[in-house]
Amino acid sequence: MKYAILVHQSQEHFDRRDDKAALAAGRAYGEALQAAGVFVAGAGLDSPRNATTVILRDGKRHVHDGPYAETKEFLAGFGIIDVPDLDSALEWAARHPSAAFASIEVRPILGFGAALPKC
Amino acid sequence: MNESTSIAAIETVARDSYGRLIAYLAARSGDVASAEDALGDAFVAALKRWPAEGVPEKPEAWLLHVARNRMIDATRRKQVRQKSEKFLQQIAEEAENVAKAHEYFPDERLKLLFVCAHPAIDPAARTPLMLQTVLGIDAARIASAFLVSPAAMSQRLVRAKNKIRDASIPFRVPEPPELEERVSFVLDAIYAAYTTGWESVMETASTHHALAEEAVALGRTLMQLMPHEPEAHGLLALMLHCEARRAARYTSDGKFVPLDQQDTALWSQSMIDEAEAHLHSAAAFKHMGRYQLEAAIQSIHASRAKTGRIDWKEIALLYEGLVRVAPGIGSLVGRAVAIAQAGEPASGFAALEQIPADQTADYQPYWAARGHLLRLLNRNDEAREAFDRAASLTDDPALREYLFQRSIENGEHDG
Repeated sequence: MKYAILVHQSQEHFDRRDDKAALAAGRAYGEALQAAGVFVAGAGLDSPRNATTVILRDGKRHVHDGPYAETKEFLAGFGIIDVPDLDSALEWAARHPSAAFASIEVRPILGFGAALPKC
Repeated sequence: MNESTSIAAIETVARDSYGRLIAYLAARSGDVASAEDALGDAFVAALKRWPAEGVPEKPEAWLLHVARNRMIDATRRKQVRQKSEKFLQQIAEEAENVAKAHEYFPDERLKLLFVCAHPAIDPAARTPLMLQTVLGIDAARIASAFLVSPAAMSQRLVRAKNKIRDASIPFRVPEPPELEERVSFVLDAIYAAYTTGWESVMETASTHHALAEEAVALGRTLMQLMPHEPEAHGLLALMLHCEARRAARYTSDGKFVPLDQQDTALWSQSMIDEAEAHLHSAAAFKHMGRYQLEAAIQSIHASRAKTGRIDWKEIALLYEGLVRVAPGIGSLVGRAVAIAQAGEPASGFAALEQIPADQTADYQPYWAARGHLLRLLNRNDEAREAFDRAASLTDDPALREYLFQRSIENGEHDG
Protein backbone atom coordinates (compact mmCIF):
# COMPACT_ATOMS: atom_id res chain seq x y z
CA MET A 1 0.00 0.00 0.00
CA LYS A 2 1.23 3.47 -0.86
CA TYR A 3 0.23 6.34 1.38
CA ALA A 4 0.70 10.08 1.08
CA ILE A 5 2.00 11.77 4.21
CA LEU A 6 0.78 15.37 4.04
CA VAL A 7 2.26 17.87 6.45
CA HIS A 8 0.01 20.80 7.35
CA GLN A 9 1.54 23.49 9.53
CA SER A 10 1.05 27.05 10.72
CA GLN A 11 2.94 30.03 9.37
CA GLU A 12 4.74 30.33 12.69
CA HIS A 13 6.24 26.86 12.44
CA PHE A 14 6.73 27.16 8.70
CA ASP A 15 8.97 30.17 9.30
CA ARG A 16 11.24 28.08 11.49
CA ARG A 17 11.76 25.29 8.98
CA ASP A 18 15.26 26.47 8.07
CA ASP A 19 16.52 26.31 11.64
CA LYS A 20 19.55 24.09 11.91
CA ALA A 21 17.77 21.59 14.15
CA ALA A 22 14.71 21.43 11.90
CA LEU A 23 16.84 20.80 8.83
CA ALA A 24 18.81 18.07 10.56
CA ALA A 25 15.64 16.39 11.81
CA GLY A 26 14.09 16.50 8.35
CA ARG A 27 17.19 14.98 6.79
CA ALA A 28 17.37 12.24 9.41
CA TYR A 29 13.71 11.38 8.85
CA GLY A 30 14.24 11.09 5.10
CA GLU A 31 17.23 8.85 5.67
CA ALA A 32 15.26 6.66 8.06
CA LEU A 33 12.51 6.23 5.43
CA GLN A 34 15.16 5.30 2.84
CA ALA A 35 16.90 2.88 5.18
CA ALA A 36 13.61 1.13 5.98
CA GLY A 37 12.95 0.77 2.25
CA VAL A 38 9.58 2.51 2.45
CA PHE A 39 10.45 5.83 0.77
CA VAL A 40 8.85 6.45 -2.62
CA ALA A 41 8.97 10.23 -2.99
CA GLY A 42 8.77 13.37 -0.97
CA ALA A 43 9.51 17.07 -0.88
CA GLY A 44 9.09 20.19 1.17
CA LEU A 45 7.06 22.97 -0.40
CA ASP A 46 7.77 26.66 -0.70
CA SER A 47 5.51 29.20 1.00
CA PRO A 48 1.90 29.42 -0.18
CA ARG A 49 2.74 33.09 -0.84
CA ASN A 50 4.61 31.78 -3.87
CA ALA A 51 1.71 29.62 -4.98
CA THR A 52 -0.20 30.28 -8.18
CA THR A 53 -3.54 28.62 -8.86
CA VAL A 54 -4.86 27.72 -12.27
CA ILE A 55 -8.38 26.75 -13.23
CA LEU A 56 -9.82 26.01 -16.64
CA ARG A 57 -13.46 27.04 -17.13
CA ASP A 58 -15.31 27.02 -20.45
CA GLY A 59 -12.02 26.51 -22.19
CA LYS A 60 -10.55 29.64 -20.67
CA ARG A 61 -7.55 29.54 -18.42
CA HIS A 62 -7.78 31.60 -15.24
CA VAL A 63 -4.60 32.14 -13.28
CA HIS A 64 -4.53 33.79 -9.91
CA ASP A 65 -2.00 34.59 -7.26
CA GLY A 66 -2.08 32.53 -4.08
CA PRO A 67 -3.03 29.03 -2.90
CA TYR A 68 -6.25 27.16 -3.64
CA ALA A 69 -7.59 28.06 -0.20
CA GLU A 70 -6.39 30.46 2.48
CA THR A 71 -6.15 28.48 5.69
CA LYS A 72 -4.38 28.93 9.01
CA GLU A 73 -2.51 25.68 8.52
CA PHE A 74 -1.38 24.91 5.01
CA LEU A 75 0.34 22.12 3.11
CA ALA A 76 4.06 22.49 3.76
CA GLY A 77 5.38 19.23 2.44
CA PHE A 78 4.50 15.72 1.42
CA GLY A 79 5.93 12.26 1.27
CA ILE A 80 4.84 9.03 -0.35
CA ILE A 81 5.65 5.81 1.44
CA ASP A 82 5.07 2.17 0.64
CA VAL A 83 4.12 0.15 3.72
CA PRO A 84 1.92 -2.89 4.43
CA ASP A 85 -1.03 -1.17 6.11
CA LEU A 86 -2.48 1.93 7.77
CA ASP A 87 -0.97 1.15 11.17
CA SER A 88 2.56 1.18 9.69
CA ALA A 89 1.78 4.39 7.81
CA LEU A 90 0.52 6.00 11.03
CA GLU A 91 3.70 4.94 12.80
CA TRP A 92 5.82 6.66 10.18
CA ALA A 93 3.56 9.73 10.29
CA ALA A 94 3.98 9.94 14.06
CA ARG A 95 7.77 9.87 13.62
CA HIS A 96 7.70 12.89 11.30
CA PRO A 97 9.75 15.68 12.94
CA SER A 98 6.83 18.11 12.54
CA ALA A 99 4.29 15.76 14.14
CA ALA A 100 4.68 17.45 17.53
CA PHE A 101 3.29 20.74 16.21
CA ALA A 102 1.95 20.18 12.70
CA SER A 103 -0.94 17.95 11.56
CA ILE A 104 0.18 14.98 9.54
CA GLU A 105 -2.55 13.69 7.25
CA VAL A 106 -2.24 10.14 5.98
CA ARG A 107 -4.11 9.21 2.81
CA PRO A 108 -4.01 6.10 0.65
CA ILE A 109 -2.77 6.66 -2.89
CA LEU A 110 -5.38 5.61 -5.46
CA GLY A 111 -4.81 2.49 -7.46
CA PHE A 112 -2.92 0.64 -4.76
CA GLY A 113 -5.88 -0.01 -2.51
CA ALA A 114 -7.30 -3.15 -4.10
CA ALA A 115 -7.25 -5.65 -1.27
CA LEU A 116 -5.75 -8.99 -2.18
CA PRO A 117 -7.91 -11.63 -0.50
CA LYS A 118 -5.86 -14.29 1.19
CA CYS A 119 -8.76 -16.63 1.72
CA MET B 1 -34.55 -33.79 5.42
CA ASN B 2 -37.45 -31.57 6.34
CA GLU B 3 -37.40 -27.89 5.63
CA SER B 4 -38.05 -26.66 9.15
CA THR B 5 -35.08 -28.66 10.47
CA SER B 6 -32.86 -27.03 7.84
CA ILE B 7 -34.13 -23.57 8.66
CA ALA B 8 -33.61 -24.20 12.36
CA ALA B 9 -30.04 -25.31 11.61
CA ILE B 10 -29.41 -22.17 9.56
CA GLU B 11 -30.80 -19.99 12.33
CA THR B 12 -28.59 -21.71 14.88
CA VAL B 13 -25.46 -21.14 12.80
CA ALA B 14 -26.45 -17.55 12.13
CA ARG B 15 -26.93 -16.91 15.82
CA ASP B 16 -23.88 -18.73 17.13
CA SER B 17 -21.29 -18.29 14.41
CA TYR B 18 -22.11 -15.17 12.37
CA GLY B 19 -19.41 -13.01 13.97
CA ARG B 20 -16.78 -15.72 13.71
CA LEU B 21 -17.53 -16.31 10.04
CA ILE B 22 -17.46 -12.58 9.18
CA ALA B 23 -14.28 -12.07 11.20
CA TYR B 24 -12.54 -14.92 9.44
CA LEU B 25 -13.52 -13.74 5.95
CA ALA B 26 -12.84 -10.06 6.63
CA ALA B 27 -9.49 -10.69 8.31
CA ARG B 28 -8.32 -12.43 5.13
CA SER B 29 -9.66 -9.97 2.61
CA GLY B 30 -9.41 -6.73 4.59
CA ASP B 31 -12.91 -6.01 3.30
CA VAL B 32 -15.81 -6.22 5.75
CA ALA B 33 -18.56 -5.35 3.27
CA SER B 34 -17.59 -8.01 0.76
CA ALA B 35 -17.30 -10.55 3.58
CA GLU B 36 -20.87 -9.69 4.59
CA ASP B 37 -22.11 -9.96 1.00
CA ALA B 38 -20.39 -13.30 0.48
CA LEU B 39 -21.70 -14.74 3.74
CA GLY B 40 -25.18 -13.47 2.89
CA ASP B 41 -24.97 -15.34 -0.43
CA ALA B 42 -23.80 -18.44 1.40
CA PHE B 43 -26.82 -18.33 3.71
CA VAL B 44 -29.09 -17.98 0.68
CA ALA B 45 -27.41 -21.00 -0.90
CA ALA B 46 -27.90 -22.94 2.35
CA LEU B 47 -31.63 -22.10 2.36
CA LYS B 48 -31.87 -23.52 -1.15
CA ARG B 49 -29.74 -26.61 -0.75
CA TRP B 50 -29.95 -27.85 2.84
CA PRO B 51 -33.64 -28.80 2.73
CA ALA B 52 -32.94 -31.03 -0.28
CA GLU B 53 -29.42 -32.27 0.50
CA GLY B 54 -29.57 -32.31 4.27
CA VAL B 55 -27.71 -30.16 6.80
CA PRO B 56 -23.98 -30.67 6.26
CA GLU B 57 -21.95 -32.29 9.02
CA LYS B 58 -20.02 -29.05 9.61
CA PRO B 59 -22.45 -26.26 8.70
CA GLU B 60 -19.96 -23.46 9.45
CA ALA B 61 -17.31 -25.02 7.20
CA TRP B 62 -19.88 -25.43 4.43
CA LEU B 63 -20.95 -21.77 4.65
CA LEU B 64 -17.34 -20.63 4.82
CA HIS B 65 -16.44 -22.62 1.75
CA VAL B 66 -19.31 -21.16 -0.28
CA ALA B 67 -18.65 -17.64 1.01
CA ARG B 68 -14.95 -17.82 0.18
CA ASN B 69 -15.68 -18.97 -3.33
CA ARG B 70 -18.07 -16.04 -3.72
CA MET B 71 -15.41 -13.65 -2.51
CA ILE B 72 -12.84 -15.09 -4.87
CA ASP B 73 -15.30 -14.84 -7.79
CA ALA B 74 -16.12 -11.25 -6.89
CA THR B 75 -12.47 -10.27 -6.59
CA ARG B 76 -11.62 -12.08 -9.79
CA ARG B 77 -14.30 -10.13 -11.67
CA LYS B 78 -12.85 -6.92 -10.29
CA GLN B 79 -9.28 -7.91 -11.02
CA VAL B 80 -10.01 -9.04 -14.59
CA ARG B 81 -10.88 -5.46 -15.29
CA GLN B 82 -7.49 -4.54 -13.91
CA LYS B 83 -5.83 -7.38 -15.85
CA SER B 84 -3.87 -8.76 -12.99
CA GLU B 85 -2.60 -12.19 -14.04
CA LYS B 86 -0.39 -12.65 -11.04
CA PHE B 87 -3.28 -11.94 -8.76
CA LEU B 88 -5.50 -14.59 -10.35
CA GLN B 89 -2.79 -17.16 -9.87
CA GLN B 90 -2.44 -16.25 -6.24
CA ILE B 91 -6.17 -16.62 -5.72
CA ALA B 92 -6.22 -20.04 -7.34
CA GLU B 93 -3.55 -21.20 -4.90
CA GLU B 94 -5.42 -19.74 -1.97
CA ALA B 95 -8.63 -21.46 -3.06
CA GLU B 96 -6.87 -24.79 -2.91
CA ASN B 97 -5.67 -24.11 0.62
CA VAL B 98 -9.19 -23.18 1.53
CA ALA B 99 -10.54 -26.54 0.38
CA LYS B 100 -7.96 -28.32 2.52
CA ALA B 101 -8.45 -26.14 5.56
CA HIS B 102 -12.23 -26.09 5.83
CA GLU B 103 -12.37 -28.48 8.74
CA TYR B 104 -11.39 -25.84 11.22
CA PHE B 105 -11.19 -22.10 11.13
CA PRO B 106 -9.54 -19.80 13.66
CA ASP B 107 -11.48 -17.25 15.69
CA GLU B 108 -10.57 -13.80 14.38
CA ARG B 109 -13.25 -11.87 16.24
CA LEU B 110 -10.75 -10.13 18.48
CA LYS B 111 -9.00 -8.68 15.42
CA LEU B 112 -12.38 -7.61 14.09
CA LEU B 113 -13.19 -5.85 17.39
CA PHE B 114 -9.90 -3.97 17.20
CA VAL B 115 -10.62 -2.95 13.61
CA CYS B 116 -14.12 -1.71 14.54
CA ALA B 117 -12.66 0.39 17.36
CA HIS B 118 -9.58 1.53 15.41
CA PRO B 119 -8.74 5.19 16.06
CA ALA B 120 -8.93 5.81 12.30
CA ILE B 121 -12.65 4.93 12.41
CA ASP B 122 -15.20 7.64 13.22
CA PRO B 123 -16.03 7.15 16.93
CA ALA B 124 -19.76 7.38 16.12
CA ALA B 125 -19.41 4.37 13.79
CA ARG B 126 -17.42 2.10 16.11
CA THR B 127 -20.25 0.75 18.27
CA PRO B 128 -22.70 0.26 15.37
CA LEU B 129 -19.96 -1.48 13.38
CA MET B 130 -19.32 -3.94 16.23
CA LEU B 131 -23.01 -4.65 16.69
CA GLN B 132 -23.44 -5.31 12.99
CA THR B 133 -20.32 -7.32 12.24
CA VAL B 134 -19.73 -9.24 15.46
CA LEU B 135 -23.34 -9.90 16.45
CA GLY B 136 -25.03 -9.64 13.06
CA ILE B 137 -27.62 -7.07 14.19
CA ASP B 138 -29.24 -5.39 11.22
CA ALA B 139 -28.64 -1.73 10.46
CA ALA B 140 -32.29 -0.69 10.88
CA ARG B 141 -32.39 -1.98 14.44
CA ILE B 142 -29.07 -0.31 15.27
CA ALA B 143 -30.36 2.92 13.76
CA SER B 144 -33.48 2.90 15.93
CA ALA B 145 -31.42 2.31 19.07
CA PHE B 146 -29.11 5.21 18.20
CA LEU B 147 -32.07 7.44 17.30
CA VAL B 148 -30.90 8.12 13.75
CA SER B 149 -32.60 7.29 10.47
CA PRO B 150 -31.82 3.89 8.93
CA ALA B 151 -30.41 5.70 5.88
CA ALA B 152 -28.04 7.77 8.00
CA MET B 153 -26.93 4.71 9.94
CA SER B 154 -26.25 2.65 6.81
CA GLN B 155 -24.29 5.54 5.35
CA ARG B 156 -22.18 5.72 8.52
CA LEU B 157 -21.54 1.98 8.39
CA VAL B 158 -20.73 1.98 4.68
CA ARG B 159 -18.26 4.83 5.13
CA ALA B 160 -16.50 2.98 7.94
CA LYS B 161 -16.27 -0.24 5.95
CA ASN B 162 -14.95 1.57 2.90
CA LYS B 163 -12.31 3.19 5.04
CA ILE B 164 -11.26 -0.18 6.49
CA ARG B 165 -10.83 -1.54 2.98
CA ASP B 166 -9.44 1.49 1.17
CA ALA B 167 -7.02 2.68 3.85
CA SER B 168 -5.97 -0.93 4.61
CA ILE B 169 -6.67 -0.88 8.31
CA PRO B 170 -4.94 -4.08 9.42
CA PHE B 171 -6.72 -6.96 11.15
CA ARG B 172 -4.36 -7.45 14.04
CA VAL B 173 -4.25 -7.45 17.79
CA PRO B 174 -2.06 -4.47 18.72
CA GLU B 175 1.04 -4.98 20.80
CA PRO B 176 2.20 -3.05 23.85
CA PRO B 177 2.59 -0.14 24.38
CA GLU B 178 -0.24 0.53 21.93
CA LEU B 179 -2.36 -2.31 23.28
CA GLU B 180 -3.67 -0.70 26.46
CA GLU B 181 -5.09 2.36 24.71
CA ARG B 182 -6.52 0.29 21.87
CA VAL B 183 -8.22 -2.08 24.35
CA SER B 184 -9.79 0.96 25.98
CA PHE B 185 -11.32 1.97 22.62
CA VAL B 186 -12.87 -1.51 22.30
CA LEU B 187 -14.17 -1.36 25.89
CA ASP B 188 -15.59 2.13 25.36
CA ALA B 189 -17.41 1.10 22.19
CA ILE B 190 -18.98 -1.90 23.94
CA TYR B 191 -19.97 0.24 26.92
CA ALA B 192 -21.51 2.78 24.54
CA ALA B 193 -23.74 -0.01 23.21
CA TYR B 194 -24.80 -0.68 26.79
CA THR B 195 -25.53 2.92 27.75
CA THR B 196 -27.46 3.44 24.51
CA GLY B 197 -29.75 0.61 25.58
CA TRP B 198 -29.77 1.73 29.23
CA GLU B 199 -30.84 5.31 28.72
CA SER B 200 -33.83 4.23 26.71
CA VAL B 201 -34.89 1.62 29.20
CA MET B 202 -38.44 2.96 29.42
CA GLU B 203 -39.36 1.61 26.04
CA THR B 204 -39.42 -1.88 27.43
CA ALA B 205 -40.87 -3.68 24.46
CA SER B 206 -38.57 -2.00 21.99
CA THR B 207 -35.20 -2.75 20.47
CA HIS B 208 -33.51 -0.53 23.03
CA HIS B 209 -33.94 -3.13 25.71
CA ALA B 210 -32.41 -5.73 23.44
CA LEU B 211 -29.37 -3.55 22.76
CA ALA B 212 -28.34 -3.64 26.42
CA GLU B 213 -28.44 -7.41 26.23
CA GLU B 214 -26.42 -7.33 23.03
CA ALA B 215 -23.86 -5.14 24.76
CA VAL B 216 -23.57 -7.71 27.52
CA ALA B 217 -23.13 -10.35 24.80
CA LEU B 218 -20.29 -8.29 23.28
CA GLY B 219 -18.80 -7.95 26.75
CA ARG B 220 -18.92 -11.71 27.21
CA THR B 221 -17.31 -12.23 23.80
CA LEU B 222 -14.48 -9.84 24.63
CA MET B 223 -14.00 -11.49 28.01
CA GLN B 224 -13.69 -14.91 26.34
CA LEU B 225 -11.28 -13.55 23.73
CA MET B 226 -9.17 -11.64 26.27
CA PRO B 227 -9.47 -13.70 29.46
CA HIS B 228 -6.32 -12.08 30.86
CA GLU B 229 -7.51 -8.52 30.39
CA PRO B 230 -8.79 -7.34 33.80
CA GLU B 231 -10.73 -4.46 32.26
CA ALA B 232 -12.72 -6.88 30.07
CA HIS B 233 -13.85 -8.58 33.30
CA GLY B 234 -14.43 -5.16 34.87
CA LEU B 235 -16.63 -3.96 32.01
CA LEU B 236 -18.71 -7.14 32.06
CA ALA B 237 -19.10 -6.84 35.85
CA LEU B 238 -20.23 -3.22 35.48
CA MET B 239 -22.83 -4.05 32.84
CA LEU B 240 -24.13 -7.04 34.81
CA HIS B 241 -24.49 -4.97 37.99
CA CYS B 242 -26.55 -2.36 36.11
CA GLU B 243 -28.51 -5.03 34.26
CA ALA B 244 -29.35 -6.76 37.55
CA ARG B 245 -31.40 -3.69 38.58
CA ARG B 246 -33.45 -3.37 35.43
CA ALA B 247 -36.72 -4.45 37.06
CA ALA B 248 -36.23 -2.07 39.99
CA ARG B 249 -35.54 1.15 38.09
CA TYR B 250 -39.19 1.95 37.49
CA THR B 251 -42.32 1.15 39.48
CA SER B 252 -45.02 -0.94 37.82
CA ASP B 253 -46.81 2.27 36.88
CA GLY B 254 -43.68 3.70 35.26
CA LYS B 255 -42.31 5.99 37.98
CA PHE B 256 -38.55 6.46 38.21
CA VAL B 257 -36.89 5.01 41.33
CA PRO B 258 -33.42 6.32 42.26
CA LEU B 259 -30.77 3.67 42.94
CA ASP B 260 -30.58 4.11 46.70
CA GLN B 261 -34.35 3.67 47.05
CA GLN B 262 -34.79 0.69 44.75
CA ASP B 263 -36.45 -2.43 46.16
CA THR B 264 -33.51 -4.83 46.39
CA ALA B 265 -35.86 -7.80 46.19
CA LEU B 266 -36.37 -6.85 42.54
CA TRP B 267 -32.65 -7.05 41.78
CA SER B 268 -31.40 -10.16 39.99
CA GLN B 269 -29.20 -11.90 42.53
CA SER B 270 -27.81 -14.30 39.93
CA MET B 271 -26.58 -11.38 37.79
CA ILE B 272 -25.11 -9.70 40.85
CA ASP B 273 -23.29 -12.91 41.75
CA GLU B 274 -21.93 -13.21 38.22
CA ALA B 275 -20.80 -9.58 38.29
CA GLU B 276 -19.05 -10.15 41.61
CA ALA B 277 -17.29 -13.22 40.23
CA HIS B 278 -15.91 -11.17 37.30
CA LEU B 279 -14.83 -8.36 39.57
CA HIS B 280 -13.04 -10.95 41.69
CA SER B 281 -11.30 -12.43 38.61
CA ALA B 282 -10.26 -8.93 37.51
CA ALA B 283 -8.77 -8.13 40.92
CA ALA B 284 -6.43 -11.13 40.64
CA PHE B 285 -4.52 -9.32 37.87
CA LYS B 286 -3.72 -6.43 40.21
CA HIS B 287 -4.07 -3.85 37.48
CA MET B 288 -6.79 -1.35 38.31
CA GLY B 289 -8.67 0.44 35.58
CA ARG B 290 -11.71 2.57 34.87
CA TYR B 291 -14.22 -0.22 34.38
CA GLN B 292 -13.11 -2.19 37.44
CA LEU B 293 -13.48 0.97 39.55
CA GLU B 294 -16.94 1.68 38.15
CA ALA B 295 -17.95 -1.94 38.72
CA ALA B 296 -16.59 -1.77 42.28
CA ILE B 297 -18.77 1.28 42.96
CA GLN B 298 -21.80 -0.62 41.68
CA SER B 299 -20.74 -3.59 43.79
CA ILE B 300 -21.01 -1.46 46.94
CA HIS B 301 -24.49 -0.34 45.94
CA ALA B 302 -25.36 -4.00 45.32
CA SER B 303 -24.29 -5.00 48.81
CA ARG B 304 -27.18 -2.94 50.19
CA ALA B 305 -29.31 -6.00 49.36
CA LYS B 306 -27.51 -7.84 52.17
CA THR B 307 -26.38 -5.16 54.61
CA GLY B 308 -29.24 -2.70 54.23
CA ARG B 309 -26.81 0.21 54.07
CA ILE B 310 -24.53 1.97 51.54
CA ASP B 311 -20.89 2.53 52.43
CA TRP B 312 -20.55 6.02 50.95
CA LYS B 313 -17.03 6.50 52.36
CA GLU B 314 -15.85 3.52 50.35
CA ILE B 315 -17.67 4.82 47.26
CA ALA B 316 -16.01 8.22 47.70
CA LEU B 317 -12.61 6.50 47.83
CA LEU B 318 -13.32 4.57 44.64
CA TYR B 319 -14.43 7.78 42.88
CA GLU B 320 -11.16 9.34 44.02
CA GLY B 321 -9.38 6.59 42.06
CA LEU B 322 -11.77 6.89 39.13
CA VAL B 323 -11.23 10.63 38.82
CA ARG B 324 -7.53 9.89 38.51
CA VAL B 325 -7.78 7.29 35.72
CA ALA B 326 -10.86 8.66 33.93
CA PRO B 327 -11.33 12.34 34.80
CA GLY B 328 -14.62 12.80 32.95
CA ILE B 329 -17.54 14.86 34.14
CA GLY B 330 -19.42 11.70 35.18
CA SER B 331 -16.77 10.66 37.69
CA LEU B 332 -16.36 14.23 39.00
CA VAL B 333 -20.09 14.49 39.71
CA GLY B 334 -20.14 11.01 41.24
CA ARG B 335 -17.26 11.88 43.55
CA ALA B 336 -18.96 15.07 44.74
CA VAL B 337 -22.18 13.21 45.56
CA ALA B 338 -20.29 10.44 47.36
CA ILE B 339 -18.39 12.95 49.52
CA ALA B 340 -21.68 14.63 50.43
CA GLN B 341 -23.45 11.34 51.16
CA ALA B 342 -20.53 10.25 53.32
CA GLY B 343 -21.42 13.04 55.72
CA GLU B 344 -19.68 16.09 54.28
CA PRO B 345 -22.25 17.90 52.13
CA ALA B 346 -20.28 21.17 52.17
CA SER B 347 -17.11 19.50 50.85
CA GLY B 348 -19.18 17.60 48.33
CA PHE B 349 -20.77 20.80 47.08
CA ALA B 350 -17.35 22.47 46.91
CA ALA B 351 -16.13 19.59 44.73
CA LEU B 352 -19.17 20.06 42.49
CA GLU B 353 -18.47 23.78 42.19
CA GLN B 354 -14.95 23.07 40.96
CA ILE B 355 -16.22 21.40 37.78
CA PRO B 356 -15.76 23.85 34.89
CA ALA B 357 -19.07 25.44 33.88
CA ASP B 358 -18.56 24.77 30.17
CA GLN B 359 -18.80 21.03 30.89
CA THR B 360 -21.93 21.18 33.00
CA ALA B 361 -24.28 23.31 30.89
CA ASP B 362 -26.14 20.37 29.32
CA TYR B 363 -25.15 17.54 31.66
CA GLN B 364 -28.32 16.47 33.44
CA PRO B 365 -26.71 14.38 36.25
CA TYR B 366 -24.70 17.44 37.32
CA TRP B 367 -27.87 19.49 37.85
CA ALA B 368 -29.66 16.65 39.63
CA ALA B 369 -26.64 16.19 41.91
CA ARG B 370 -26.46 19.92 42.48
CA GLY B 371 -30.12 20.00 43.47
CA HIS B 372 -29.60 17.12 45.85
CA LEU B 373 -26.52 18.61 47.53
CA LEU B 374 -28.07 22.09 47.81
CA ARG B 375 -31.01 20.49 49.51
CA LEU B 376 -28.71 18.72 51.99
CA LEU B 377 -27.31 22.18 52.69
CA ASN B 378 -30.82 23.63 53.12
CA ARG B 379 -30.30 26.04 50.22
CA ASN B 380 -33.74 25.24 48.94
CA ASP B 381 -34.37 27.99 46.40
CA GLU B 382 -31.16 27.19 44.58
CA ALA B 383 -31.93 23.47 44.87
CA ARG B 384 -35.28 23.98 43.15
CA GLU B 385 -33.63 25.82 40.28
CA ALA B 386 -31.08 23.03 39.87
CA PHE B 387 -33.75 20.29 39.84
CA ASP B 388 -35.80 22.22 37.29
CA ARG B 389 -32.73 22.62 35.12
CA ALA B 390 -31.99 18.88 35.44
CA ALA B 391 -35.58 18.01 34.53
CA SER B 392 -35.35 20.10 31.38
CA LEU B 393 -32.20 18.25 30.29
CA THR B 394 -33.52 14.68 30.25
CA ASP B 395 -35.47 12.94 27.49
CA ASP B 396 -36.76 10.26 29.86
CA PRO B 397 -40.32 11.30 30.86
CA ALA B 398 -40.24 9.25 34.08
CA LEU B 399 -36.97 10.81 35.18
CA ARG B 400 -38.27 14.27 34.27
CA GLU B 401 -41.35 13.65 36.40
CA TYR B 402 -39.15 12.50 39.31
CA LEU B 403 -36.90 15.56 39.09
CA PHE B 404 -39.87 17.96 39.00
CA GLN B 405 -41.27 16.09 41.98
CA ARG B 406 -38.05 16.64 43.91
CA SER B 407 -38.12 20.29 42.95
CA ILE B 408 -41.64 20.67 44.38
CA GLU B 409 -40.97 18.59 47.51
CA ASN B 410 -38.07 20.83 48.12
CA GLY B 411 -40.35 23.84 47.96
CA GLU B 412 -42.71 22.21 50.46
CA HIS B 413 -39.87 21.67 52.90
CA ASP B 414 -38.95 25.25 52.38
CA GLY B 415 -42.40 26.55 53.09
